[in-house]
Amino acid sequence: MKTNYYLTKDGVLRRKENTVYFINKEEKRALPISKIYAIYAYGNLSFTSGVASYLSQKGVPIHFFNNYGFYEGSLYPRETLISGDVTIHQAEHHLDADKRLYLARRFIEGATQNILKNLKYYCSSNSSIEKYIGRIEKELPKIEGYTDIPQLMSVEGHIRDTYYSALDEIFPEEFRIGERVKRPPNNKTNTLISFGNSLMYSTVLTEIYNTQLNPTISYLHEPFVRRFSLSLDVAEIFKPIIVDRVIFKLVNKKMLDDSHFVGELGDMLLSDTGRKLFLQNYHDRLSTTIKHKGLGREVSYQRLIRLELYKLVKHVLGAQEYKPLVMWW
Amino acid sequence: MILQTTIKPMTITGVKVAYYFICHTKLWLFSHNIQMERESEDVLMGKLIHESRYRRMKKDVVIDNVMSIDFVKKGDIIEVHDIKKSRKMEEAHRWQLIYYLYYLYQKGVKAIGVLNYPLLNKKEIVKPTDDDFKNIEQIMKDIFTIVSGKMSPPIKRRLCRRCSYVEFCFGGVETP
Repeated sequence: MKTNYYLTKDGVLRRKENTVYFINKEEKRALPISKIYAIYAYGNLSFTSGVASYLSQKGVPIHFFNNYGFYEGSLYPRETLISGDVTIHQAEHHLDADKRLYLARRFIEGATQNILKNLKYYCSSNSSIEKYIGRIEKELPKIEGYTDIPQLMSVEGHIRDTYYSALDEIFPEEFRIGERVKRPPNNKTNTLISFGNSLMYSTVLTEIYNTQLNPTISYLHEPFVRRFSLSLDVAEIFKPIIVDRVIFKLVNKKMLDDSHFVGELGDMLLSDTGRKLFLQNYHDRLSTTIKHKGLGREVSYQRLIRLELYKLVKHVLGAQEYKPLVMWW
Repeated sequence: MILQTTIKPMTITGVKVAYYFICHTKLWLFSHNIQMERESEDVLMGKLIHESRYRRMKKDVVIDNVMSIDFVKKGDIIEVHDIKKSRKMEEAHRWQLIYYLYYLYQKGVKAIGVLNYPLLNKKEIVKPTDDDFKNIEQIMKDIFTIVSGKMSPPIKRRLCRRCSYVEFCFGGVETP
Protein backbone atom coordinates (compact mmCIF):
# COMPACT_ATOMS: atom_id res chain seq x y z
CA MET A 1 0.00 0.00 0.00
CA LYS A 2 1.24 3.46 -0.90
CA THR A 3 1.22 6.07 1.79
CA ASN A 4 1.65 9.81 2.25
CA TYR A 5 4.98 11.12 3.50
CA TYR A 6 5.00 14.25 5.62
CA LEU A 7 8.38 15.99 5.82
CA THR A 8 8.32 18.52 8.63
CA LYS A 9 12.04 19.12 8.94
CA ASP A 10 14.44 20.98 6.68
CA GLY A 11 16.48 18.73 4.46
CA VAL A 12 17.53 17.54 1.05
CA LEU A 13 15.93 14.96 -1.21
CA ARG A 14 18.47 13.06 -3.22
CA ARG A 15 18.20 10.24 -5.66
CA LYS A 16 20.80 7.55 -5.43
CA GLU A 17 20.34 4.72 -7.90
CA ASN A 18 16.61 4.18 -7.74
CA THR A 19 16.01 5.22 -4.17
CA VAL A 20 15.05 8.61 -2.87
CA TYR A 21 16.72 9.70 0.37
CA PHE A 22 15.72 12.42 2.75
CA ILE A 23 18.90 13.79 4.26
CA ASN A 24 19.57 16.33 6.99
CA LYS A 25 22.03 16.77 9.85
CA GLU A 26 20.33 14.20 12.04
CA GLU A 27 19.26 11.51 9.67
CA LYS A 28 19.39 9.87 6.29
CA ARG A 29 16.11 8.20 5.58
CA ALA A 30 15.20 6.16 2.51
CA LEU A 31 11.78 6.75 0.99
CA PRO A 32 10.87 3.60 -0.94
CA ILE A 33 9.60 4.85 -4.27
CA SER A 34 6.91 2.24 -4.66
CA LYS A 35 5.49 3.23 -1.29
CA ILE A 36 5.14 6.98 -1.85
CA TYR A 37 1.68 8.20 -2.72
CA ALA A 38 2.36 11.90 -2.17
CA ILE A 39 4.86 14.05 -0.27
CA TYR A 40 3.81 16.95 1.93
CA ALA A 41 6.79 19.25 2.54
CA TYR A 42 6.61 21.60 5.51
CA GLY A 43 10.28 22.29 6.06
CA ASN A 44 12.71 23.87 3.65
CA LEU A 45 13.16 21.15 1.12
CA SER A 46 15.92 21.15 -1.45
CA PHE A 47 16.03 18.53 -4.10
CA THR A 48 17.99 17.59 -7.14
CA SER A 49 16.60 17.47 -10.65
CA GLY A 50 17.17 13.74 -10.48
CA VAL A 51 14.62 13.47 -7.70
CA ALA A 52 12.20 15.79 -9.44
CA SER A 53 12.22 13.79 -12.64
CA TYR A 54 12.15 10.46 -10.85
CA LEU A 55 9.13 11.39 -8.72
CA SER A 56 7.38 12.84 -11.75
CA GLN A 57 8.05 9.70 -13.70
CA LYS A 58 6.54 7.65 -10.88
CA GLY A 59 3.55 9.99 -10.64
CA VAL A 60 4.31 11.25 -7.13
CA PRO A 61 3.28 14.85 -6.41
CA ILE A 62 5.09 16.99 -3.81
CA HIS A 63 3.03 19.67 -2.07
CA PHE A 64 4.83 22.62 -0.51
CA PHE A 65 3.65 24.60 2.48
CA ASN A 66 5.09 27.70 4.10
CA ASN A 67 5.73 28.43 7.75
CA TYR A 68 2.08 29.10 8.41
CA GLY A 69 1.12 25.80 6.85
CA PHE A 70 -0.30 27.66 3.87
CA TYR A 71 -0.21 25.89 0.57
CA GLU A 72 2.52 27.29 -1.66
CA GLY A 73 2.48 25.02 -4.68
CA SER A 74 2.98 21.54 -5.97
CA LEU A 75 5.38 19.66 -8.11
CA TYR A 76 2.60 18.20 -10.18
CA PRO A 77 3.86 15.31 -12.27
CA ARG A 78 3.23 15.11 -15.97
CA GLU A 79 -0.35 14.04 -16.62
CA THR A 80 -0.51 10.45 -17.77
CA LEU A 81 -4.21 9.87 -17.43
CA ILE A 82 -5.65 12.01 -20.15
CA SER A 83 -9.03 11.57 -21.72
CA GLY A 84 -9.97 14.24 -24.24
CA ASP A 85 -13.53 13.13 -23.79
CA VAL A 86 -13.57 13.83 -20.07
CA THR A 87 -11.85 17.21 -20.48
CA ILE A 88 -14.31 18.36 -23.13
CA HIS A 89 -17.31 17.34 -21.08
CA GLN A 90 -15.82 18.84 -17.96
CA ALA A 91 -15.47 22.15 -19.80
CA GLU A 92 -18.98 21.83 -21.23
CA HIS A 93 -20.34 21.63 -17.69
CA HIS A 94 -18.47 24.78 -16.84
CA LEU A 95 -19.50 26.81 -19.89
CA ASP A 96 -23.18 25.93 -19.73
CA ALA A 97 -24.54 28.16 -16.96
CA ASP A 98 -27.21 25.69 -15.82
CA LYS A 99 -24.85 22.77 -15.74
CA ARG A 100 -22.28 24.77 -13.83
CA LEU A 101 -24.91 25.89 -11.31
CA TYR A 102 -26.03 22.33 -10.77
CA LEU A 103 -22.57 21.23 -9.74
CA ALA A 104 -21.81 24.38 -7.73
CA ARG A 105 -25.02 23.79 -5.76
CA ARG A 106 -24.16 20.15 -5.15
CA PHE A 107 -20.79 21.09 -3.66
CA ILE A 108 -22.39 23.56 -1.27
CA GLU A 109 -25.16 21.14 -0.49
CA GLY A 110 -22.67 18.39 0.32
CA ALA A 111 -20.57 20.69 2.47
CA THR A 112 -23.66 21.90 4.34
CA GLN A 113 -25.10 18.45 4.93
CA ASN A 114 -21.78 17.33 6.35
CA ILE A 115 -21.61 20.43 8.54
CA LEU A 116 -25.09 19.56 9.83
CA LYS A 117 -23.97 16.01 10.55
CA ASN A 118 -21.13 17.40 12.64
CA LEU A 119 -23.46 19.70 14.57
CA LYS A 120 -26.09 17.02 15.12
CA TYR A 121 -23.40 14.81 16.52
CA TYR A 122 -22.86 17.46 19.18
CA CYS A 123 -26.51 18.29 19.64
CA SER A 124 -27.16 15.27 21.83
CA SER A 125 -24.76 16.54 24.45
CA ASN A 126 -25.39 20.24 24.06
CA SER A 127 -28.88 21.46 23.26
CA SER A 128 -27.78 25.05 22.66
CA ILE A 129 -26.62 23.85 19.24
CA GLU A 130 -30.16 23.24 18.07
CA LYS A 131 -30.88 26.81 17.12
CA TYR A 132 -27.81 26.92 14.88
CA ILE A 133 -28.90 23.74 13.17
CA GLY A 134 -32.27 25.34 12.55
CA ARG A 135 -30.64 28.42 11.07
CA ILE A 136 -28.46 26.42 8.72
CA GLU A 137 -31.39 24.28 7.64
CA LYS A 138 -33.20 27.47 6.73
CA GLU A 139 -30.32 28.56 4.52
CA LEU A 140 -30.29 25.29 2.60
CA PRO A 141 -33.27 25.95 0.29
CA LYS A 142 -31.65 29.22 -0.77
CA ILE A 143 -29.03 27.20 -2.58
CA GLU A 144 -31.67 26.14 -5.07
CA GLY A 145 -33.09 29.65 -5.34
CA TYR A 146 -29.97 31.61 -6.19
CA THR A 147 -28.89 31.53 -9.78
CA ASP A 148 -25.51 33.10 -9.76
CA ILE A 149 -22.28 31.90 -8.33
CA PRO A 150 -21.38 34.89 -6.12
CA GLN A 151 -24.78 34.62 -4.40
CA LEU A 152 -24.21 30.94 -3.84
CA MET A 153 -20.81 31.70 -2.38
CA SER A 154 -22.40 34.15 0.03
CA VAL A 155 -24.90 31.52 1.22
CA GLU A 156 -21.99 29.25 1.82
CA GLY A 157 -20.24 31.99 3.78
CA HIS A 158 -23.34 32.48 5.92
CA ILE A 159 -23.60 28.79 6.66
CA ARG A 160 -20.00 28.61 7.62
CA ASP A 161 -20.26 31.63 9.95
CA THR A 162 -23.25 30.04 11.67
CA TYR A 163 -21.36 26.78 11.94
CA TYR A 164 -18.40 28.47 13.60
CA SER A 165 -20.68 30.32 16.01
CA ALA A 166 -22.18 26.99 16.98
CA LEU A 167 -18.75 25.54 17.59
CA ASP A 168 -17.92 28.48 19.83
CA GLU A 169 -20.72 27.29 22.12
CA ILE A 170 -18.97 23.98 22.59
CA PHE A 171 -15.30 24.85 22.47
CA PRO A 172 -13.48 25.92 25.62
CA GLU A 173 -12.81 29.62 25.71
CA GLU A 174 -9.25 29.57 24.46
CA PHE A 175 -10.40 27.75 21.32
CA ARG A 176 -13.27 30.07 20.36
CA ILE A 177 -13.08 31.09 16.73
CA GLY A 178 -14.91 34.39 16.99
CA GLU A 179 -14.45 35.57 13.48
CA ARG A 180 -12.81 33.50 10.78
CA VAL A 181 -9.50 35.23 10.02
CA LYS A 182 -7.19 33.71 7.47
CA ARG A 183 -4.05 35.52 6.53
CA PRO A 184 -2.54 35.20 9.02
CA PRO A 185 -4.90 33.34 11.35
CA ASN A 186 -5.35 35.27 14.57
CA ASN A 187 -6.13 32.61 17.14
CA LYS A 188 -5.68 28.94 17.86
CA THR A 189 -8.67 27.49 16.10
CA ASN A 190 -8.31 29.76 13.07
CA THR A 191 -4.75 28.51 12.84
CA LEU A 192 -5.92 24.91 12.96
CA ILE A 193 -8.61 25.51 10.35
CA SER A 194 -6.21 27.21 7.95
CA PHE A 195 -3.62 24.51 8.40
CA GLY A 196 -6.15 21.74 7.88
CA ASN A 197 -7.81 23.31 4.88
CA SER A 198 -4.50 23.73 3.05
CA LEU A 199 -3.77 20.11 3.71
CA MET A 200 -7.20 19.04 2.50
CA TYR A 201 -6.75 21.02 -0.68
CA SER A 202 -3.53 19.16 -1.54
CA THR A 203 -4.97 15.79 -0.61
CA VAL A 204 -7.83 16.34 -3.04
CA LEU A 205 -5.37 17.56 -5.66
CA THR A 206 -3.40 14.33 -5.31
CA GLU A 207 -6.57 12.35 -5.94
CA ILE A 208 -7.47 14.50 -8.96
CA TYR A 209 -4.03 13.76 -10.37
CA ASN A 210 -4.95 10.09 -10.25
CA THR A 211 -8.06 10.57 -12.36
CA GLN A 212 -8.72 11.88 -15.84
CA LEU A 213 -10.20 15.11 -14.47
CA ASN A 214 -8.55 18.42 -15.25
CA PRO A 215 -7.78 20.22 -11.98
CA THR A 216 -8.23 23.72 -13.40
CA ILE A 217 -11.83 23.34 -14.58
CA SER A 218 -14.04 24.05 -11.59
CA TYR A 219 -17.64 24.96 -10.90
CA LEU A 220 -18.15 26.65 -7.57
CA HIS A 221 -14.83 28.46 -7.52
CA GLU A 222 -13.67 30.42 -10.53
CA PRO A 223 -11.21 28.40 -12.56
CA PHE A 224 -7.75 29.42 -13.65
CA VAL A 225 -7.26 31.82 -10.77
CA ARG A 226 -3.99 30.99 -9.10
CA ARG A 227 -4.94 27.52 -8.13
CA PHE A 228 -6.14 24.15 -9.25
CA SER A 229 -9.63 25.24 -8.39
CA LEU A 230 -11.44 21.94 -8.88
CA SER A 231 -9.57 20.89 -5.79
CA LEU A 232 -11.16 23.77 -3.87
CA ASP A 233 -14.62 22.68 -5.03
CA VAL A 234 -14.30 19.09 -3.93
CA ALA A 235 -12.45 19.98 -0.72
CA GLU A 236 -15.61 21.79 0.48
CA ILE A 237 -17.35 18.46 0.89
CA PHE A 238 -14.48 16.87 2.77
CA LYS A 239 -13.45 19.67 5.11
CA PRO A 240 -16.24 18.92 7.64
CA ILE A 241 -15.66 15.18 7.32
CA ILE A 242 -11.90 15.20 7.70
CA VAL A 243 -10.38 18.52 8.80
CA ASP A 244 -13.07 19.64 11.23
CA ARG A 245 -13.26 16.25 12.86
CA VAL A 246 -9.52 16.27 13.42
CA ILE A 247 -9.81 19.68 15.07
CA PHE A 248 -12.73 18.49 17.26
CA LYS A 249 -10.68 15.56 18.41
CA LEU A 250 -7.61 17.64 19.21
CA VAL A 251 -9.64 20.23 21.10
CA ASN A 252 -12.11 17.98 22.90
CA LYS A 253 -9.55 15.46 24.03
CA LYS A 254 -7.43 18.35 25.27
CA MET A 255 -4.52 17.17 23.18
CA LEU A 256 -3.32 20.71 22.50
CA ASP A 257 -1.42 22.97 24.84
CA ASP A 258 0.60 26.16 24.46
CA SER A 259 3.63 24.25 23.23
CA HIS A 260 1.73 23.43 20.05
CA PHE A 261 1.45 27.06 19.01
CA VAL A 262 3.92 29.84 18.46
CA GLY A 263 3.31 33.53 18.07
CA GLU A 264 0.73 35.54 19.87
CA LEU A 265 -2.93 36.33 19.43
CA GLY A 266 -3.24 38.11 16.14
CA ASP A 267 -0.47 36.19 14.49
CA MET A 268 -0.48 32.58 15.46
CA LEU A 269 0.94 29.48 13.90
CA LEU A 270 1.51 25.86 14.75
CA SER A 271 4.83 24.98 16.30
CA ASP A 272 6.89 22.03 15.15
CA THR A 273 5.24 19.68 17.61
CA GLY A 274 1.84 21.16 16.82
CA ARG A 275 2.30 20.48 13.13
CA LYS A 276 3.40 16.93 13.81
CA LEU A 277 0.44 16.27 16.06
CA PHE A 278 -1.97 17.65 13.50
CA LEU A 279 -0.40 15.77 10.60
CA GLN A 280 -0.43 12.51 12.55
CA ASN A 281 -4.11 12.85 13.36
CA TYR A 282 -4.97 13.99 9.87
CA HIS A 283 -3.18 11.01 8.44
CA ASP A 284 -4.98 8.67 10.85
CA ARG A 285 -8.26 10.19 9.84
CA LEU A 286 -7.51 9.70 6.13
CA SER A 287 -6.64 6.06 6.77
CA THR A 288 -9.73 5.35 8.84
CA THR A 289 -12.04 3.01 7.01
CA ILE A 290 -15.78 2.67 6.89
CA LYS A 291 -18.02 0.11 5.28
CA HIS A 292 -19.13 1.25 1.85
CA LYS A 293 -22.53 -0.06 0.89
CA GLY A 294 -22.15 0.23 -2.85
CA LEU A 295 -18.85 -1.64 -2.86
CA GLY A 296 -19.63 -3.91 0.05
CA ARG A 297 -16.24 -3.45 1.67
CA GLU A 298 -14.20 -1.14 3.86
CA VAL A 299 -13.04 2.07 2.19
CA SER A 300 -10.69 4.69 3.65
CA TYR A 301 -11.67 8.34 3.90
CA GLN A 302 -8.91 9.14 1.46
CA ARG A 303 -10.40 6.69 -1.01
CA LEU A 304 -13.80 8.33 -0.61
CA ILE A 305 -12.29 11.43 -2.23
CA ARG A 306 -11.34 9.37 -5.24
CA LEU A 307 -14.81 7.84 -5.42
CA GLU A 308 -16.26 11.33 -5.32
CA LEU A 309 -14.15 12.28 -8.34
CA TYR A 310 -15.27 9.17 -10.20
CA LYS A 311 -18.84 10.29 -9.55
CA LEU A 312 -17.97 13.63 -11.13
CA VAL A 313 -16.53 11.92 -14.19
CA LYS A 314 -19.70 9.90 -14.55
CA HIS A 315 -21.76 13.05 -14.18
CA VAL A 316 -19.98 15.03 -16.88
CA LEU A 317 -20.13 12.03 -19.19
CA GLY A 318 -23.87 11.89 -18.68
CA ALA A 319 -23.76 8.42 -17.18
CA GLN A 320 -25.05 9.19 -13.71
CA GLU A 321 -26.19 12.37 -12.02
CA TYR A 322 -23.83 13.63 -9.35
CA LYS A 323 -25.00 13.64 -5.74
CA PRO A 324 -22.49 14.79 -3.15
CA LEU A 325 -21.18 12.50 -0.46
CA VAL A 326 -23.01 12.98 2.81
CA MET A 327 -21.71 11.10 5.82
CA TRP A 328 -24.01 8.13 6.24
CA TRP A 329 -22.32 6.91 9.37
CA MET B 1 -5.54 -7.60 -49.89
CA ILE B 2 -8.26 -5.22 -48.91
CA LEU B 3 -10.02 -5.42 -45.58
CA GLN B 4 -13.41 -7.03 -45.99
CA THR B 5 -15.10 -4.95 -43.38
CA THR B 6 -16.04 -1.33 -43.87
CA ILE B 7 -14.86 -0.54 -40.37
CA LYS B 8 -11.32 0.64 -40.01
CA PRO B 9 -9.63 -1.49 -37.39
CA MET B 10 -7.31 1.39 -36.62
CA THR B 11 -8.87 2.10 -33.26
CA ILE B 12 -9.62 -1.46 -32.26
CA THR B 13 -6.88 -3.05 -30.24
CA GLY B 14 -6.82 -6.64 -29.07
CA VAL B 15 -7.67 -5.59 -25.54
CA LYS B 16 -10.85 -3.95 -26.75
CA VAL B 17 -11.93 -7.18 -28.43
CA ALA B 18 -11.36 -9.02 -25.15
CA TYR B 19 -13.23 -6.34 -23.20
CA TYR B 20 -16.14 -6.67 -25.60
CA PHE B 21 -16.61 -10.15 -24.21
CA ILE B 22 -15.95 -9.16 -20.62
CA CYS B 23 -17.98 -5.98 -20.15
CA HIS B 24 -19.33 -3.29 -22.45
CA THR B 25 -18.99 -0.56 -19.83
CA LYS B 26 -15.32 -1.42 -19.46
CA LEU B 27 -14.93 -1.43 -23.22
CA TRP B 28 -16.50 2.01 -23.48
CA LEU B 29 -14.47 3.54 -20.66
CA PHE B 30 -11.20 2.03 -21.82
CA SER B 31 -11.82 3.21 -25.37
CA HIS B 32 -12.49 6.73 -24.13
CA ASN B 33 -9.14 6.72 -22.36
CA ILE B 34 -10.69 6.41 -18.94
CA GLN B 35 -8.28 3.80 -17.80
CA MET B 36 -8.11 2.24 -14.38
CA GLU B 37 -5.72 -0.59 -15.05
CA ARG B 38 -2.77 1.30 -13.57
CA GLU B 39 -3.75 0.51 -10.01
CA SER B 40 -4.86 -3.06 -10.56
CA GLU B 41 -2.83 -5.77 -8.84
CA ASP B 42 -3.89 -8.28 -11.48
CA VAL B 43 -2.65 -6.06 -14.27
CA LEU B 44 0.65 -5.53 -12.46
CA MET B 45 0.95 -9.30 -12.07
CA GLY B 46 0.24 -9.75 -15.76
CA LYS B 47 2.92 -7.22 -16.59
CA LEU B 48 5.46 -9.07 -14.45
CA ILE B 49 4.61 -12.37 -16.11
CA HIS B 50 4.91 -10.71 -19.47
CA GLU B 51 8.33 -9.32 -18.65
CA SER B 52 9.77 -12.34 -16.89
CA ARG B 53 8.68 -15.19 -19.15
CA TYR B 54 9.66 -16.18 -22.70
CA ARG B 55 12.73 -13.99 -22.46
CA ARG B 56 14.34 -15.50 -25.54
CA MET B 57 11.48 -14.35 -27.68
CA LYS B 58 11.37 -10.98 -29.33
CA LYS B 59 8.36 -9.56 -27.60
CA ASP B 60 5.67 -7.01 -28.43
CA VAL B 61 5.55 -7.20 -32.16
CA VAL B 62 3.69 -4.11 -33.25
CA ILE B 63 1.67 -4.36 -36.44
CA ASP B 64 0.49 -1.23 -38.24
CA ASN B 65 0.39 0.66 -34.97
CA VAL B 66 -2.89 -1.12 -34.23
CA MET B 67 -1.98 -4.17 -32.29
CA SER B 68 0.90 -5.42 -30.26
CA ILE B 69 1.35 -9.16 -30.32
CA ASP B 70 3.14 -10.66 -27.33
CA PHE B 71 5.43 -12.74 -29.52
CA VAL B 72 5.49 -14.57 -32.82
CA LYS B 73 7.05 -17.92 -33.72
CA LYS B 74 7.99 -18.55 -37.31
CA GLY B 75 8.13 -22.12 -38.57
CA ASP B 76 6.21 -24.11 -41.12
CA ILE B 77 3.30 -22.16 -39.88
CA ILE B 78 3.36 -18.81 -38.18
CA GLU B 79 2.24 -18.84 -34.56
CA VAL B 80 0.85 -15.76 -32.88
CA HIS B 81 1.36 -16.03 -29.13
CA ASP B 82 -0.38 -14.28 -26.30
CA ILE B 83 0.61 -14.65 -22.65
CA LYS B 84 -2.16 -14.86 -20.08
CA LYS B 85 -2.27 -15.16 -16.35
CA SER B 86 -5.31 -17.37 -15.94
CA ARG B 87 -7.95 -19.14 -17.98
CA LYS B 88 -10.79 -17.31 -16.37
CA MET B 89 -11.44 -15.14 -19.40
CA GLU B 90 -10.47 -17.78 -21.91
CA GLU B 91 -13.31 -17.08 -24.32
CA ALA B 92 -12.49 -13.37 -24.41
CA HIS B 93 -8.81 -14.10 -24.90
CA ARG B 94 -9.55 -16.57 -27.68
CA TRP B 95 -11.42 -13.85 -29.54
CA GLN B 96 -8.59 -11.43 -28.98
CA LEU B 97 -6.33 -13.85 -30.84
CA ILE B 98 -8.91 -14.50 -33.53
CA TYR B 99 -8.94 -10.77 -34.12
CA TYR B 100 -5.15 -10.70 -34.58
CA LEU B 101 -5.35 -13.68 -36.92
CA TYR B 102 -8.16 -12.11 -38.89
CA TYR B 103 -6.20 -8.91 -39.27
CA LEU B 104 -3.13 -10.79 -40.44
CA TYR B 105 -5.26 -12.87 -42.81
CA GLN B 106 -6.47 -9.68 -44.44
CA LYS B 107 -2.86 -8.80 -45.06
CA GLY B 108 -2.26 -12.19 -46.63
CA VAL B 109 -0.58 -13.84 -43.65
CA LYS B 110 -1.95 -17.19 -42.58
CA ALA B 111 -1.27 -17.99 -38.95
CA ILE B 112 -2.57 -19.85 -35.94
CA GLY B 113 -2.81 -18.59 -32.41
CA VAL B 114 -1.48 -19.89 -29.12
CA LEU B 115 -2.66 -18.83 -25.69
CA ASN B 116 0.12 -19.37 -23.16
CA TYR B 117 -0.56 -19.82 -19.47
CA PRO B 118 2.94 -19.98 -17.98
CA LEU B 119 1.62 -20.13 -14.42
CA LEU B 120 -0.47 -23.17 -15.27
CA ASN B 121 2.03 -24.80 -17.65
CA LYS B 122 -0.70 -24.92 -20.24
CA LYS B 123 -1.15 -23.89 -23.83
CA GLU B 124 -4.24 -23.53 -25.93
CA ILE B 125 -4.16 -23.56 -29.71
CA VAL B 126 -6.52 -21.20 -31.49
CA LYS B 127 -7.43 -22.13 -35.06
CA PRO B 128 -10.15 -19.84 -36.32
CA THR B 129 -12.83 -21.16 -38.63
CA ASP B 130 -14.54 -19.27 -41.44
CA ASP B 131 -17.41 -18.72 -39.07
CA ASP B 132 -15.07 -17.19 -36.52
CA PHE B 133 -13.82 -14.73 -39.12
CA LYS B 134 -17.37 -13.86 -40.07
CA ASN B 135 -18.22 -13.33 -36.42
CA ILE B 136 -15.20 -11.16 -35.77
CA GLU B 137 -16.32 -8.79 -38.51
CA GLN B 138 -19.64 -8.43 -36.74
CA ILE B 139 -17.88 -8.00 -33.40
CA MET B 140 -15.76 -5.18 -34.82
CA LYS B 141 -18.92 -3.46 -35.98
CA ASP B 142 -20.47 -3.94 -32.56
CA ILE B 143 -17.41 -2.53 -30.84
CA PHE B 144 -17.55 0.49 -33.06
CA THR B 145 -21.22 1.04 -32.23
CA ILE B 146 -20.72 0.62 -28.50
CA VAL B 147 -17.72 2.92 -28.35
CA SER B 148 -19.30 5.69 -30.41
CA GLY B 149 -22.50 5.61 -28.37
CA LYS B 150 -23.19 6.63 -24.80
CA MET B 151 -21.48 4.85 -21.95
CA SER B 152 -23.31 1.60 -21.23
CA PRO B 153 -24.58 1.70 -17.65
CA PRO B 154 -22.71 -0.70 -15.41
CA ILE B 155 -24.41 -3.90 -14.37
CA LYS B 156 -23.10 -5.64 -11.29
CA ARG B 157 -21.92 -9.17 -11.88
CA ARG B 158 -19.63 -11.61 -10.15
CA LEU B 159 -16.61 -10.58 -12.18
CA CYS B 160 -16.94 -6.96 -11.10
CA ARG B 161 -15.27 -7.90 -7.85
CA ARG B 162 -11.85 -8.34 -9.44
CA CYS B 163 -12.27 -5.55 -11.97
CA SER B 164 -10.20 -2.38 -11.67
CA TYR B 165 -13.26 -0.37 -12.68
CA VAL B 166 -15.43 -1.54 -9.79
CA GLU B 167 -14.92 1.65 -7.78
CA PHE B 168 -15.70 3.75 -10.80
CA CYS B 169 -18.87 1.84 -11.57
CA PHE B 170 -20.24 1.28 -8.08
CA GLY B 171 -18.46 3.76 -5.84
CA GLY B 172 -21.38 6.17 -5.78
CA VAL B 173 -24.38 4.19 -4.69
CA GLU B 174 -24.04 4.74 -0.97
CA THR B 175 -27.36 5.42 0.67
CA PRO B 176 -27.72 8.86 2.24
